[in-house]
Amino acid sequence: MLDSLLALGGLVLLRDSVEWEGRSLLKALVKKSALCGEQVHILGCEVSEEEFREGFDSDINNRLVYHDFFRDPLNWSKTGEALPGGPLGALRAMCNRTDLGPVTIALDSLSWLLLHLPCTTLCQTLHTVSHQDSCPGDGSPVGKVHVLGLLHEELHGPGPMGALSSLAQTEVTLGGIMGQASARILCRRPRQRPTDQTQWFSILPDFSLDLQEGPSIESQPHSDPHIPPVDPTAHLTFNLHLSKKEREARDNLTLPFQFSSEKQEALLRPRPSQATSHIFYEPDAYDDLDQEDPDDDLDI
Amino acid sequence: MFPELNNLLNTTPDRAEQGKLTLLCDAKTDGSFLVHHFLSFYLKANCKVCFVALIQSFSHYNIVGQKLGVNLTMARERGQLVFLEGLKSAVDIFFQAQEKPHPLQFLREANAGNLKPLFEFVREALKPVDSGEAGWTYPVLLVDDLSVLLSLGLGAVAVLDFIHYCRATVCWELKGNVVVLVHDSGDVEDEENDILLNGLSHQSHLILRAEGLATGFCRDVHGQLRILWRRPSQSTSQRDQSLTYQYKIQDRSVSFFAKGMSPAVL
Repeated sequence: MLDSLLALGGLVLLRDSVEWEGRSLLKALVKKSALCGEQVHILGCEVSEEEFREGFDSDINNRLVYHDFFRDPLNWSKTGEALPGGPLGALRAMCNRTDLGPVTIALDSLSWLLLHLPCTTLCQTLHTVSHQDSCPGDGSPVGKVHVLGLLHEELHGPGPMGALSSLAQTEVTLGGIMGQASARILCRRPRQRPTDQTQWFSILPDFSLDLQEGPSIESQPHSDPHIPPVDPTAHLTFNLHLSKKEREARDNLTLPFQFSSEKQEALLRPRPSQATSHIFYEPDAYDDLDQEDPDDDLDI
Repeated sequence: MFPELNNLLNTTPDRAEQGKLTLLCDAKTDGSFLVHHFLSFYLKANCKVCFVALIQSFSHYNIVGQKLGVNLTMARERGQLVFLEGLKSAVDIFFQAQEKPHPLQFLREANAGNLKPLFEFVREALKPVDSGEAGWTYPVLLVDDLSVLLSLGLGAVAVLDFIHYCRATVCWELKGNVVVLVHDSGDVEDEENDILLNGLSHQSHLILRAEGLATGFCRDVHGQLRILWRRPSQSTSQRDQSLTYQYKIQDRSVSFFAKGMSPAVL
């Protein structure tokens, strides 16, 4: 799947992280495009041209058109050498190309552009570049445009990442286990369900892609030998169980505060044996029996 | 410089690599011992060093440097060391009239400016001198530290642009090295610092990360150092290497040992 990334047109996002860098995969895809005979434009903002071209042999290097925005991207040197319009101008210029063959545009990196340009402007420009279906002049079909954007995941919030994801036809997220790199490829084709695949790969020194099966998963270390559970209810000094008679007696017991129907009737029926209640009082030596009612003076 | 750290990094002053960006970061601990290491390392390697010191005074670095075997005063006098003492010169902006833009000109500007004057100071300091005297090996830029620039009101993108231009000039054009220190805010949510740290991590060739121990403060083990090599220059299929060691800082040296192998517990 990784080697057919370039079959579809449109924007391909290569999402990398500090641990799993994506520039070698970008260079491998650039090499593939160049070998297919496509014209390749590189918008280089993060590394020098020499560093990017390192590892490519000369016939590939001859096909790469490098737009150098590494040396002086913000025009601080004011020598006039900087390309006019900056990276955005160069990207817009690619929207109005006149030749009709298929072209690959590699953005190294899209993160740099996203940090320096407003997200909306960048998204609009990317949309225009990657959806060039026909030449404005005569309407004849133009060759496919592939835009490869290297994006550093940790640098951007969910808003810009989501906006770029929605623009992209394919998203490749780099990761890996134990020194083996993997690419999770999320592919959105029009009128088809999006596909999600993981491909293990490695990049060879000459930047060709080597697709692999995956790391050999070592057998899990065996869990501790199964200890037979000890029954805690054995060998007790007290009795945890009830005999049958004891169980019956327990079931027949009514609880003191349970309001059963018998109790309800007992309360409702007046008890004949009990007419009035008597209070028997033995006054103490110290008791002061005052016959007056202390509440007499209350005027209620 | 600490000989044990040189062994771990597999480098000596005579045969250090050129054209590299080294990122030092610390989390929950003080990583300034790494700054002192690289300062003395490059002075011993006979490099022309431009030190943008925004945190401590010159005498602080001098005192520590003498313990490590370098004399900063003499290095400055003979032109090997160009020292921007941020604490002192920041005051000069406000109380002295400046003819040309001061390196720390952004302190005067109301809205977040850029670090172009600071970059021009660095470029001026490290440009090769044609007089042919006392040939220094290669230029080195050392910054201590970048997080304080964020606290002073600059945006993360402005600081990243400054380092970009320093990389383009010092690493690529002059084949020198750049070493910067950034603090990792860790638990504290600091988006600008995270952007700065991650952005620099992507550009770095070597990342040295000093972390405090997860279990807390310890007398015999002061912290843990993670070393990550990125972007190997030969495009071999070798993936980025990562090593972790624990360390203890002593008066004149730092000793490193594998995790759990501190002499105190063996």
